[in-house]
Amino acid sequence: MFHWLEKHPFFFAVGVFVVIAFAGLIEIVPNFAQASRPVIGTKPTTLLEQAGRDVYIKNSCNACHSQLIRPFKAETDRYGHYSLSGEYAYDRPFLWGSKRTGPDLHRVGNYRTTEWHENHMRDPKSVMPSSIMPGYPWLYTNKTDINTAYATQLTNAQFFGVPYNKPIPMKDGSTAVVKMAGSVAEAHKMALEEAKEVVSRMKDQDVKDAVANGDIPEIVALIAYLNSLK
Amino acid sequence: MENRPLEYDYTVAKMFMVTTIVLGIVGMGIGVFIAFELAFPELNTVFGAGLAEYTNFSRLRPLHTDAVAFGFTLSGIFATWYYVGQRVLKVSMAESKFLMFIGKLQFWLYVIGVAAVVVSLFMGITTSKEYAEFEWPIDIAIVVVWVLWGISIFGLIGIRREKSLYISIWYYIATFLGVAMLYLFNNMEIPTMLATSPAGETGIGAWYHSISMYAGTNDALVQWWYGHNAVAFVFTVPIIAMIYYFLPKESGQAIYSYKLSLLSFWGLMFVYLWAGGHHLLYSTVPDWMQTMGSIFSVILILPSWGSAINMLLTMKGEWQQVAASPLIKFMVLASTFYMFSTLEGPIQAIKSVNAIAHFTDWIVGHVHDGTLGWVGFMIIAALYHMAPRVFKRELYSKSLMAAQFWIQTLGIVLYFTSMWIAGITQGMMWRAHDEFGNLAYSFMDTVDVLHPYYTLRGIGGLLYLIGFLMFAYNIYKTMSARPVEESELQNASPMGA
Repeated sequence: MFHWLEKHPFFFAVGVFVVIAFAGLIEIVPNFAQASRPVIGTKPTTLLEQAGRDVYIKNSCNACHSQLIRPFKAETDRYGHYSLSGEYAYDRPFLWGSKRTGPDLHRVGNYRTTEWHENHMRDPKSVMPSSIMPGYPWLYTNKTDINTAYATQLTNAQFFGVPYNKPIPMKDGSTAVVKMAGSVAEAHKMALEEAKEVVSRMKDQDVKDAVANGDIPEIVALIAYLNSLK
Repeated sequence: MENRPLEYDYTVAKMFMVTTIVLGIVGMGIGVFIAFELAFPELNTVFGAGLAEYTNFSRLRPLHTDAVAFGFTLSGIFATWYYVGQRVLKVSMAESKFLMFIGKLQFWLYVIGVAAVVVSLFMGITTSKEYAEFEWPIDIAIVVVWVLWGISIFGLIGIRREKSLYISIWYYIATFLGVAMLYLFNNMEIPTMLATSPAGETGIGAWYHSISMYAGTNDALVQWWYGHNAVAFVFTVPIIAMIYYFLPKESGQAIYSYKLSLLSFWGLMFVYLWAGGHHLLYSTVPDWMQTMGSIFSVILILPSWGSAINMLLTMKGEWQQVAASPLIKFMVLASTFYMFSTLEGPIQAIKSVNAIAHFTDWIVGHVHDGTLGWVGFMIIAALYHMAPRVFKRELYSKSLMAAQFWIQTLGIVLYFTSMWIAGITQGMMWRAHDEFGNLAYSFMDTVDVLHPYYTLRGIGGLLYLIGFLMFAYNIYKTMSARPVEESELQNASPMGA
């Protein structure tokens, strides 16, 4: 049979394809329907958090930081409750990472504050003297791309049914609603409201002034996102 | 006419040889730079605070991985295809104007694609998925390049004189099909500009931005099904294609066993795709999939070692060639590193070992003994074998080649030993508890301890880069030497054309 296949390239290629596609079919297809159900209390990102997530991706934070707490005592002691599949239900793309040059960030919002991030992102050594993480001073001047974050929210809602403007069940039995803007202009207004909340706890005068003038530096969005990781 | 040997046309092979070398220098150069950034963080701003956004570790890391995987390695795969393909199918590219056009078109689109990737990654335009960072417009360009390569492969097969496909061709076909399937499924994404706001606005935000079709755990599953098998079908399958051609050619020995090559080929095709789950051990993907990933990773030793042993036994009775020829040294050490790496991988895929190894530098070490030792050495060997035949000139310097071999080997050894120690040390420190059950070390403690190993790793990488520059110089001097007139090349292989 093999000798025959080696003289018939078409059937050879079909054979190879069937053999390599087999594992993917068995592994991936059956899991797809059930794995994406959110756990109770999982909310989609707000506009500024989404913009911050985009900043996180733009700077490849995931090259050094994971967002996946494995079910070991050492990990739950260090980072909090181990990660659950449903917590990632709205994560497009997922940001688990594959290397911990720095610590895991899946629940960083539980134990780091806006003030801490503000100092740390500009100069990590100021809070962690022997840190090998570089500073990210450009985040304090680069402007956040609110339009793309808004388009991402819209795409999530329209193509994947992510529940914006809909009641979401919370752990205590109540419901919560994550609002999404109705237009680009409204989106900018909403993002600015969120940004004001974040900068009220920041010290950098230039960042405060920028937000007061209606511009949102990337650091504000990033901190909003990091604070939402709980 | 019928009795004259075929004149093969290496135009496209030569073009891809150039990109192999250029992108190799770029990718490895960035790699060495970011390795030293981890050891000496001041280097992040060495080009000035203003440029730090573009020269810091996190921005450069995807550039390094993509430049070596899709720049250096893929160019090497294309270069060898446009050399090996003609020879084992006994047909010249010159016989088909169409295929020649396709080959050149593939090359130039590839170059444009590479330029787009470099610019976009520097700007921070990325999907964040490892080895699939490119946004949708570049994905489309990549698919076109890939389809053109497919036309080239099957076109050349279509007009072949040798009816039976040689082993190398099996592996090139598998590379084409495997990567096509994986890349398409992992890069399913929706451009965000397609969304409409309730107010009726369209085309909002960056036009090139997109989000993945899959969410969370599913996205991770598809990504590592891709990520792992990109390793399979870029770093393994086509490299085996090369060694099945170049080792017998260079040594004048026939392949040790046809049956072993059959077993290894079909075994590898069937088993490899299951192993992706080992990247997700103890994550939130279903347990049975993690277990399958573990088990099949161990089974994977069989077909991997099958190929490697087949290569080493091909040298049976001819081991004096290893001492005499630096080129044979490269290939024999490549097979050895292949065996080494395909044993190490399954060990790391065992769940209890993975609990320590995952997220640490041990994984980085594993990747690099495979890529530097196996992929890098095999591509270097292939280009060294091709250069005299393609450029019709004697190789510039054999002793330079030998020196390069030893410098690079030392570099690889430094690289993986330092990363083993770094990874296992950090993995053990993360999980250590004191007598009261509290964590024994802060995260910072586990970073401080790595400094000497990061420095050693940087030196190892630097040695490898120096060796690669020697290789580039050697090939450059060969290309630019005076052509040899009509005489038989001294180092032409005993098997002839």
